[in-house]
Amino acid sequence: MAEEVKKQRPPLDPNSAKARLGRIAAEAYSSAQAAKERGEMVGWCSSNFPVEIPETLGLAVVYPENQAAGIAARGAGERMCEISESEGYSNDICAYARISLAYAKVKSAPEQDMPQPDFLLCCNNICNCMIKWYENLSRELHIPMIMIDIPFNPDYEVSDDELAYVRAQFREAIRQLEELTGKKWSEEKYKEVMEISGRTSRAWLAATSCARYEPSPFNGFDLLNHMAVMVTARGKIEAAEAMEKLLAEYEENHEKGVSTFRVEEKYRIMFEGIACWPWLRVTSTGLKSRGINMVTTIYADAFGFIYEDFDDMCRAYCKVPNAINLEYSRDKRIKLCKANKVEGLLVHTNRSCKLWSGFMYEMSRQIGEACDIPVASFDGDQADPRNFSEAQYDTRVQGLMEIMEARK
Amino acid sequence: MYTFGIDIGSTTSKCVVMKDGNQIAGKSLLTGGIGTRSPAEAVRLAMEDAHVQREDLSAIAATGYGRTRYEDADYQVSELSCHGLGAFFIFPGVRTIIDIGGQDAKVISLDDRGRMKNFLMNDKCAAGTGRFLDVMANILAIPVGELETYSAQAKEPARISSTCTVFAESEVISQLAGGIEIPDLVAGICQSVAGRVSALAKRISIVPEVCMSGGVAQNAGVRDALSEKIGHSILFSPYAQLFGAIGAAIYAYDKKIKEQ
Ligand code: SF4
Repeated sequence: MAEEVKKQRPPLDPNSAKARLGRIAAEAYSSAQAAKERGEMVGWCSSNFPVEIPETLGLAVVYPENQAAGIAARGAGERMCEISESEGYSNDICAYARISLAYAKVKSAPEQDMPQPDFLLCCNNICNCMIKWYENLSRELHIPMIMIDIPFNPDYEVSDDELAYVRAQFREAIRQLEELTGKKWSEEKYKEVMEISGRTSRAWLAATSCARYEPSPFNGFDLLNHMAVMVTARGKIEAAEAMEKLLAEYEENHEKGVSTFRVEEKYRIMFEGIACWPWLRVTSTGLKSRGINMVTTIYADAFGFIYEDFDDMCRAYCKVPNAINLEYSRDKRIKLCKANKVEGLLVHTNRSCKLWSGFMYEMSRQIGEACDIPVASFDGDQADPRNFSEAQYDTRVQGLMEIMEARK
Repeated sequence: MYTFGIDIGSTTSKCVVMKDGNQIAGKSLLTGGIGTRSPAEAVRLAMEDAHVQREDLSAIAATGYGRTRYEDADYQVSELSCHGLGAFFIFPGVRTIIDIGGQDAKVISLDDRGRMKNFLMNDKCAAGTGRFLDVMANILAIPVGELETYSAQAKEPARISSTCTVFAESEVISQLAGGIEIPDLVAGICQSVAGRVSALAKRISIVPEVCMSGGVAQNAGVRDALSEKIGHSILFSPYAQLFGAIGAAIYAYDKKIKEQ
């Protein structure tokens, strides 16, 4: 087992990227709350809905998936899931959906509160469970739902037909929102948002690619936290600045030979799937105590939203991880594994996310073969703590480590 | 040099004393695993069997679900690696190991030096594990050790279509009530386990020779059904249940030699 280097951790510098990113993530909730109190309309928004639209219109939105992750990480996943299950929702449904539907009913969770919605923004480029989840919210709360349908893409490129289909829906969503909220779309403001979002994305991609250094200047679990800002705030200038700061810190760590992974980095793996939020400490300690650093995840690639114009933006949303085919998804991961000198792949078979986990058996087999690395998977759930076994996780991680050790 | 391997599973405790990493000097196997008094008792019995004392042991390695809680161990190592090492010691030609234990099933592939290359384990479901057989034996009121005898007498194996242990339980009860003979039901149960595990095995490329380890390996009904489903003959050793402990003792030996 790797020895923890017993150094006193300095208090968090308020100017550090970590502190800034934490503030931005928290502000996403507080500013929406403030908007609500001013009498403005607030939306609930799915994570891969084109955030540029509400941002350009100046609309406050919050993200139920983020909220559910926060609630689960703070230990209330089971309580909330039980509420929606007692309403008749099956425990086979995504736990984010179950938590969110429960929150819409009880309207309070001290673990992570957020304002109630006046409208809903739904995009199914990550899954179709989203549609029913938001439809039910819309019915229960009697509020409008704006829906963008992005079909699963069997090709590597986005065809002109798909682009036309999606573009028309983006335009229609803008029109609906203008009508609903009285806010006006401005091309000038949109350009600004697009530029900032590009800046934030470039910094994120560059920061996450610092994992190519050996040892990596960061603990991959950091990314899981910082990612919240990429989801909720990438169109904001503070986010761009904080991500650039993060990049500078990682480069500096590399030069100084230090890392936020505070033990000796003996092995480097890729982690596949959403984090097991209710068991974050257990899953991260199981790796860290063995000197295993999770240096990369598909999130490193997924939030690189870089585009030049409206059409390009539409294409970017057609290419988010869950909307693309197995081969394309696999190739993206192989690239990450090779660029970051990954020695093993740990797959979270997430009982909540059928879409993500469904083709993972075959995809991880192909990745393992292409990169000549061992693959281990464990059962878990992003937000329902009842679907995880610590002993099972531990054995598989140890097995993975023993193979990597034998191959050194 | 004597080394010691202890495999603390969910339902059994197994110990092996090895001399110079290549000779089994003593062994023990008790029902009762993690959280019971069996591990301590198994340790005592294996040492007695090998005529050694604690101070004669140069190193101890623990494996199995209880490995982290066994305080006297110098090393703790996963049962995946240990089953690989143990099986390779008994069958030097083995490349694929199918282990069906009390609460999980795993398929391990080895390289030609006996090192683990990859592994797959069952998901959280109990189907395809020893627990499934325990539950079924319990319904039929026959000892789990006798399943094999009953299965051999089957004329027409029953079809158990549910993979879920709870569903299969009611399926077996209703077939029993419908007058299906016990041997036919037992054969159907064995085939159900084999079907589940062979699907797991086929996800890793099966390279012969193939052997089985773990408690369920004793059951020829499951073994034969599995062999048919994967299309390879399956090696069996009376030591199958001890592979984990043998592997742990070999691991302890190798580590000690390296350290010296
Ligand atoms: S976790 Fe999976 S199923 Fe749940 S909302 Fe996200 S993509 Fe959909």
